[in-house]
Amino acid sequence: MTVAAWLLRRVLASVAIVFAVVTFVFILIHIAPGKPCGGQNEIVDPAVCDEVNRQLGFDRPILEQYGLYVLALARGDLGYSFSLHRPVRDAIAETIPFTLQLAGAALVLDFALGLALGIYQARRANRLPDVIIANITLFVYSLPTFWLALLLLLVFGEKLAWFPVGGPNNPVLCPVIDSAFCLADRFWHLILPATTLGLVGAAGTARFQRAAMLAVASQDYIRTARAKGAPERRVVLHHQLRNALLSFITRFGLALPFLLTGAVLIETIFAWPGMGRLAFEAILTRDYPLVTATALIASTMVVAGNLVADLLLGVADPRLRVRTASDLDVVTA
Amino acid sequence: MTLGTWFALGIALVLAGEFVRALRRRGLRQGGGGERWRRFFRHRTTSWGLGILTFLVIVAVAAPLIAPFDPNRQLDIVHLKNQPPSWTFLFGTDVLSRDVWSRAVYGARVSLGIGALGALMAVSLGTLVGAIAGYYQRWIDAVLMRGVDVGLALPRIFILLMAVALWDGLPFAALVIAIGLTSWFGTSRLVRAEVLSLRQQDFVVAARALGVQTGRIIFRHVLPNAAAPIIVSAALGVGNVLLLEASLSFLGIGIKPPDPTWGNMIADNAPSIYSAPWSTIVPGLAIALVVMSLNAVADGVQDALDPHEREPV
Repeated sequence: MTVAAWLLRRVLASVAIVFAVVTFVFILIHIAPGKPCGGQNEIVDPAVCDEVNRQLGFDRPILEQYGLYVLALARGDLGYSFSLHRPVRDAIAETIPFTLQLAGAALVLDFALGLALGIYQARRANRLPDVIIANITLFVYSLPTFWLALLLLLVFGEKLAWFPVGGPNNPVLCPVIDSAFCLADRFWHLILPATTLGLVGAAGTARFQRAAMLAVASQDYIRTARAKGAPERRVVLHHQLRNALLSFITRFGLALPFLLTGAVLIETIFAWPGMGRLAFEAILTRDYPLVTATALIASTMVVAGNLVADLLLGVADPRLRVRTASDLDVVTA
Repeated sequence: MTLGTWFALGIALVLAGEFVRALRRRGLRQGGGGERWRRFFRHRTTSWGLGILTFLVIVAVAAPLIAPFDPNRQLDIVHLKNQPPSWTFLFGTDVLSRDVWSRAVYGARVSLGIGALGALMAVSLGTLVGAIAGYYQRWIDAVLMRGVDVGLALPRIFILLMAVALWDGLPFAALVIAIGLTSWFGTSRLVRAEVLSLRQQDFVVAARALGVQTGRIIFRHVLPNAAAPIIVSAALGVGNVLLLEASLSFLGIGIKPPDPTWGNMIADNAPSIYSAPWSTIVPGLAIALVVMSLNAVADGVQDALDPHEREPV
């Protein structure tokens, strides 16, 4: 199978998966008791509520609503958010830069620190430095991220006051990023949330990478490389690391969507106006179009992450290129 | 803390330590499994993890003996709120003047219960689906695995948030079921991959040739040989479910107050973290301790049962 055919098949399968997720979320949200207007806590006249629900189309049969939604989706229309009184597309577009900044910074810290620690540990496996780092990474990996966020806020935000306690920028001095100072201000605000996400991720990556390096270490080709007199540096970086990277790439593909959508709590704690927080607020306000749209984007990230990982696997390992798509599924499973 | 609670706590510690020591002795003495047990106990962290888990389970079971106060009782809202740790209140009191130690002890019941039940459900479902898909192959495999693809692409925390937020006043059991139903996809893939390779092995082919029933082949011959990934994903699953429950509770939609879970303890006390950090730190450390121990035990199981990994060079 050619790469183009494989890619086409995978993209079609990915679209089908995203479509299934959207359908599932759509059904779940519509069979839930209650309508957007008229929850038990609201003090709106029932007649007014009925009118509102009618105008928004929530009195129609669910199949008709679904049909209309899919038709709109096919045209690229994500619908109108009635809690924010604006198109869903605009609301989401506004949050994406913030989410990308947070996820990007966390990802860099995660993989830079995690890879370095994992490789270093594997080089000194079962000796004192390895044991110390292994215990630390085991501990950090097990921390609830939102709890770590609270502690970092307590220590570095409140007690030491090194970093701001929330928000993406200084609202008075830098409402928009228009100078180098404001750019620095954004970085300054980014440090605590990104560190929280990145540290926990890095601990997982380090554990993972250490195991991958050690699994490769006992292979024949490593012994061969040593036997033929290759310098240690080359053995580790060229022979060992390159082969241990395969599982790392798969992990990267899995981490990508998590960083974008799994940051709900971190974004809430640090008042970071990203997609996770938007989705959470959408659920609380029963903003159906917004909820479905965020689920759409989240699942797109998952399938995109898998696809990117599979493509990178092919780049990193020529053996995987000649295989068929079904074999690739097994490799990444 | 009274003398009685200290005494009960001491007994729990000793029991946990003795349990691990006895298990270790017994495991090492056995003939056939000796090598596996030796590898299981090779890392000191695994023994520690097992000991901590045993201790916490004993604490959860014997909560009335180990907690000096009623976990939901507000002792004195005027004079005793946000008290720092002392000999009377080992971990201080929270914003509503409840004893943090007692709440943490009772919280272990709910948190560990949800973790264990949710993970049990997820792993059973995942193992069943994975085994069926891997064993029968063909269209059954295709249908089930495409379903798993969709499940893995579901934003799980959103789905759970939706379920809990939209169906108001969800009971405990429903929360566990919702968590279990959304957490089995990864396990099923692992089990399927394992079963796919096992079903080609001679002993399975032989069993089929002898006319053994399919169900018996799957449960008696195939699955026991796929124990490593199943046990490991069960151990990791408990920790994941625990973290998930804590996250949901933190967002204010988990177990309803006043019953304590470690998650809603963090949520309740986070606003007063600057003046009374102990009531937030303690439940978080408890979660970290459990998840850490589970990870350590999972490492040990992986080491003991995984035939591919040998001792590092």
